[in-house]
Amino acid sequence: MAFPADYRYTKEHEWIKVDGDTGTIGITDHAQDSLGDIVFVELPKTGSDVEAHKAFGTVESVKAVSELFSPVSGTVTAVNDDLATAPEKINSDAHGSWMIKVKLKNPAEANSLMSAADYEKFVAEES
Amino acid sequence: MRYLPKSPADREEMLREIGAPNIDELFSHIPAEYRFKRDLKVPRQMAESEIIEYFKQRSEEMSAGFGILLGAGSYYHYRPVIIDSLISRGEFFTAYTPYQAEISQGTLQAVFEFQSMICELTGMEVANASLYDGSTGVAEGVMMAVRLTGRSETVIARSVHPEHREVLATYAQHQAMPIREVGFGENGRIDLSALDAAITDKTAAVVVQSPNFFGTIEDVAAIADIAHKKGALLIVSISEALSLGIVKPPVEADIVTMEAQSFGVPLGFGGPYVGVIATREKFVRQIPGRLVGQTVDKQGKRGFVLTLSTREQHIRREKATSNICTNQGLVALMATIYMTIYGREGLKELAKQNLAKAVYAAGEFGKIAKVLFGGAPRFNEFVVQTSEDSRAINERLLEKKIIGGLPLKKFYPELGNAALWCCTELVTKEQIDLAAKAVQK
Amino acid sequence: MSDMNSKIKKVTKHISQNEGLIFERSSAGKAAYKLPPLDVPEVDAAKVLGSALRDGLGNMPEVSEFEIIRHFTRLSTWNYAIDLGMYPLGSCTMKYNARVNEVVVRMDGLANAHPYLPEKAAQGALRVMKDLSDALIEITGMDAITLQPAAGAHGEMTGIMLVRAYFDAKGEKRRKVLIPDSAHGTNPATAAMCGYQVENLKSNSKGMVDIESLAAQMNEDVAALMLTNPNTLGVFEEDIHKIADLMHAKGGLLYMDGANMNALVGKARPGDFGVDVMHLNLHKTFSTPHGGGGPGSGPVAIKKHLEPYLPTPVIVTKKDGTLGFDYDRPKTIGRVKAFYGNFGMHVRALAYILANGPDGLRQTTEDAVLNANYLRKKLEDVYELPFKSPSMHEVVFSHRLQAANGVKTGDIAKRLIDYGFHPYTTAFPMIVADHGAIMIEPTESEPKEELDLFIDAMRSIAEEAATNPEIILTAPHNARVQRMDEVTANRKPVLRWKPESKSATEKP
Repeated sequence: MAFPADYRYTKEHEWIKVDGDTGTIGITDHAQDSLGDIVFVELPKTGSDVEAHKAFGTVESVKAVSELFSPVSGTVTAVNDDLATAPEKINSDAHGSWMIKVKLKNPAEANSLMSAADYEKFVAEES
Repeated sequence: MRYLPKSPADREEMLREIGAPNIDELFSHIPAEYRFKRDLKVPRQMAESEIIEYFKQRSEEMSAGFGILLGAGSYYHYRPVIIDSLISRGEFFTAYTPYQAEISQGTLQAVFEFQSMICELTGMEVANASLYDGSTGVAEGVMMAVRLTGRSETVIARSVHPEHREVLATYAQHQAMPIREVGFGENGRIDLSALDAAITDKTAAVVVQSPNFFGTIEDVAAIADIAHKKGALLIVSISEALSLGIVKPPVEADIVTMEAQSFGVPLGFGGPYVGVIATREKFVRQIPGRLVGQTVDKQGKRGFVLTLSTREQHIRREKATSNICTNQGLVALMATIYMTIYGREGLKELAKQNLAKAVYAAGEFGKIAKVLFGGAPRFNEFVVQTSEDSRAINERLLEKKIIGGLPLKKFYPELGNAALWCCTELVTKEQIDLAAKAVQK
Repeated sequence: MSDMNSKIKKVTKHISQNEGLIFERSSAGKAAYKLPPLDVPEVDAAKVLGSALRDGLGNMPEVSEFEIIRHFTRLSTWNYAIDLGMYPLGSCTMKYNARVNEVVVRMDGLANAHPYLPEKAAQGALRVMKDLSDALIEITGMDAITLQPAAGAHGEMTGIMLVRAYFDAKGEKRRKVLIPDSAHGTNPATAAMCGYQVENLKSNSKGMVDIESLAAQMNEDVAALMLTNPNTLGVFEEDIHKIADLMHAKGGLLYMDGANMNALVGKARPGDFGVDVMHLNLHKTFSTPHGGGGPGSGPVAIKKHLEPYLPTPVIVTKKDGTLGFDYDRPKTIGRVKAFYGNFGMHVRALAYILANGPDGLRQTTEDAVLNANYLRKKLEDVYELPFKSPSMHEVVFSHRLQAANGVKTGDIAKRLIDYGFHPYTTAFPMIVADHGAIMIEPTESEPKEELDLFIDAMRSIAEEAATNPEIILTAPHNARVQRMDEVTANRKPVLRWKPESKSATEKP
C-alpha cells in the first residue's frame, strides 16, 4: 500500500492532508492493518478543540481500544458521520476514510510531520 | 477429604515426577517467617450429615412458615419448582462466564432471552446481562448518565428505597457527583414543583422509583417532561419487578434500573438478587456490565457471543464504564425461567392478584388506622400510620407467626409511627385479618 | 475427520439437540402456570390504577411447562461445565461445587428469610454470617471483615474506599494508587472509581514487584499498592515483607487482591505478612458456584486501623449473647449494597469450610499447588515458560514456540475444545499477553488421570502446531458451533429478539 505523497504522517500512525487552513485527518493503512477489524470509532463533536499529540477519539477492534492522536491543534469543523454506522470503511480504504476536519490554529504546524517517504521508512523500521 | 480425588500414592508419584522430596518443598519460596505452621482454628472436618444438622439448626432459629407482610425491596412470591430443577443442572451452575462462545451457547442464549424479556417488560430497547442488584443498579445508572451528559449532579426522590440512596451516596462520594434529594407530597409522589426547582444545568439525572418505596406509582411522564426540559436524563428504578405485569412501563425514561428478585429469586436474607439496567439503543456504548449479542458462526449458523466488550474493565482498565466483572448469571437465569413460566398472561394475572390483596388489606387497615398517600395509585405496598409504635405491633404479630410491616421511623421520622406493609399473592386473607386486628390491639 | 480426531482420548462426538429461542415456541393460549383462586374480592385494575394501567405484555412468551424443561435442558447441554471435566481457566479457580452446599442453602428458614426480619427472628442467618466471618478472619489472619460486597470487584471498591476513608480521617490527601502491570483489569477500574490516579508499577524479570521501582515510586502521595499475591503469574511475591515495609514506611497501605487466596489457605496468612486490607472471592477459593457468570461474593478483611470505616451494618454480639446488626457507625464509608451481601453465598462458603476443617483446607491448598506444578513439569519442554519463578496454584506459559508456525494462544485454546477441555485463560496477565499468555489453573479438584489427559492434549496440540497448524487455526471442529462472527456482532449489535427476526432462521 502506497502512502499518499500529499499527506503528512505522525508516529502514532495518523495522516493529515492540509488544504489552506483546513486539515483532514484519518489513520494510516498500516494502522488499520495492525488494529484488525475496526468495529467502532468515537469522534469529537464539531466545534470542539483538538490539540497536537493529544487524544481526540478512540478506535475499537473486537478486543482492543486505541486512542487517536491529533497531528495538529485546531477546531473541529466536520466529522465523518458515515464511520459511526460503517467503521469497516477504515479497513477497506484507510487513506480515503477521513475522520475529522480541523481548522488549523497554525497551518505551518503540519510541515514538521513526516512525509510519505519518511513514514514508510518509519514503519519499516518499527516492524 | 472427600472432595479431593487423589490417593496418597498419587500424590507421591506426582511429587516424584516434579522432583520434589515432599509437598513443603513446593511452598519453600514463601519466606520462612510467614509459613503458617499450626492448624487453622476453624471447626473440625464434618461429615455431610453433620453439616446438614448445623444448618438445620440455623434454619430453625429463623421464622420458617411465617406469613410475610413485609416487602420494602424484597418480595415474597411463589417460586415454581422447575426453576430450581433447571438451575441445578451442573451445566448451568458449574459453568463460568461464557467467554468461549463455542462451548457456552446455553448460557449465552439464555442471557439473550433474559435481555429480550427485560426489554419487553420495561419498554426499553437494550438491557444488559445483569448487575449485582437493584441498589447498585441505581448507582451504575447514575454513573452512566454522568458519562452520557457530561454533567455531574443527581437529583433523587426521597421516595427511592433508602438503602438504594445510601449505596448511591457511597459510590458517588469520590467521583465529584453531588446528590440532591427531593421530597414527596401528600399523595406519596415526588413533589413536582420541588423537583423542577432542584434541577439545574448541571443535573445529569433525575432518579425516581416507581412504584416508589411507599408502593405509590409515580407519574413518570410528567417527571420525564420536567427532566428533559432541562436536558437531564430520567432514571426510573423499579424495586418490585412484578408490578410490570400490570403497571405501565416507564417508556419515557432514558435508563431503567431494576431489582428483579421478584422473578423467582428466594428472599434469602437479602441476596443474591439480580439487578438489571436497560436503556435506549443510542446509549448502548455507555451501558455497564456484560452484553450478549446474536451473530452467526463461520457456517452461517445462528449463535450468541459476549459483545461490545471494549466498554469493560478487562480491556479499558481505569477508563472502563464500570469495574464490574462477575454479574449475577445464575440468578438472571432464575428470572428468565420465571418470566417464561408466567409469560404474557401469567405475569398480568399474578400482578392482579397482588393488587387485589393490597387493596383488600389497605381497606381493612384503613378501618382502624390511617393509610397514608391515598391520592395516587399503588401496587402491592402501602403505608399505615398508627398511634402505637409499629415495633410493638410487630412483636405481637410475631407470636401469631406473622412478619409485620417495616417500621419507617428510622428512614422517615416525619411520618411518625408508620410502617410499610406489603401483600403479595402468598399472603392470605386470614393473615391480613389477623394483622389488621393486631394493629387495633 | 477421523485423522483429525485420532489423538483425542477424552471425548466422543455425540448428538446435540437443536433449539430455537423461547419466543419462537410461543403461541397464544399456552401456559405453564396455574394460580389458586383469590381469597379476597377481585378488583377492577383499570379503576385502581387509572392511567397507570398497562396495555399488555407485548411479546412475552406463552409456553407450557414441559416445553420450558426441554428448552432449558437442551440449552444446558450446549455448555461446558466443571461437572463435565477440567476447566483450567487461570485466575478463575474452577473447582468442585459441593452439592451439600446447594441443599443447605435451600432450607426453608434460610431461603425464605426476609432481610428485614426482626433480629430475634433471624438469629440463624446472623449466626451463619458470624461463623463465616470468624473462619475467614482466622484463615486470612486479619482483624475484622465485612461480607457485604457482592463480588470481587465490588470488594475491591469497598477496600479502596476504606483506604480512602482512613486517609481522609487523618487529613491526608494522597492521590495515587500503585498497580503492578500484572494486575487484574478490575484493579485500575476500581481505583479510578474511588477517585485515585492509577500509577503502573513494573514487574522485574522474575515476574515479581520490582523493589527498586517500588522504592522509587512510593512516596507520601501514594495511598496504597494493590497487590495480588500470589500474583497473576501464580508466583508468590518473595519480597513481600520488603514490599509491606516500603509501603508502611511512607505511611501507605498494602491492599491485597485475594483472587489467588486458594494458594495460601492453611499455608500462609496475608495478615501475617503485612497486608492491611484484602478482598476474598468466595466463588473462587471457597467453592461457591460460578453460575455461568455469577453471583459472586467479595468479603473484605481488614486490620484493626480500618475497622471504624467498615460498611454498615456490622454484625455484633449483644450483651444478652444474641447477634444483631450495628448501624451506628459514624465513620463508615456507607453501604455498598442493599441488605447484607450475597447471603446465599455465605451459607455455601461456610458449608465448604465445615466440610474441610483445618486439615482439609490445608490439603486442598497443597493439592492445588501440586497439580499446577505437575502440569508445569510435564509441559515446560513444549511450551515456553516466560517466567521461571516457582509456581503456586497456576502456571503461565506463552505461545512463543507455536507462534513461529502462526499458531497463537487463542487458537490453541480453541483446539483444546476439540480435545474435550475448556480452554485456559488466554489474554491475561497483561505482562505475558503480548507474547501470548497460556494461563492454566487446574485447581485441587482434578485427579491425576484428568491432568494426564490434559497434558496429552496440550502436547498433541504442540505437535500439531508443528506439523499441521491449519487444524488448529480452524478449530474447534467438534463443537456445536464454529468460531463466531464477533466483528459483525460488534459492528451491528443485535442485543434482543424482535418478532421480525423470526424470519432470520437458523441454517440446518
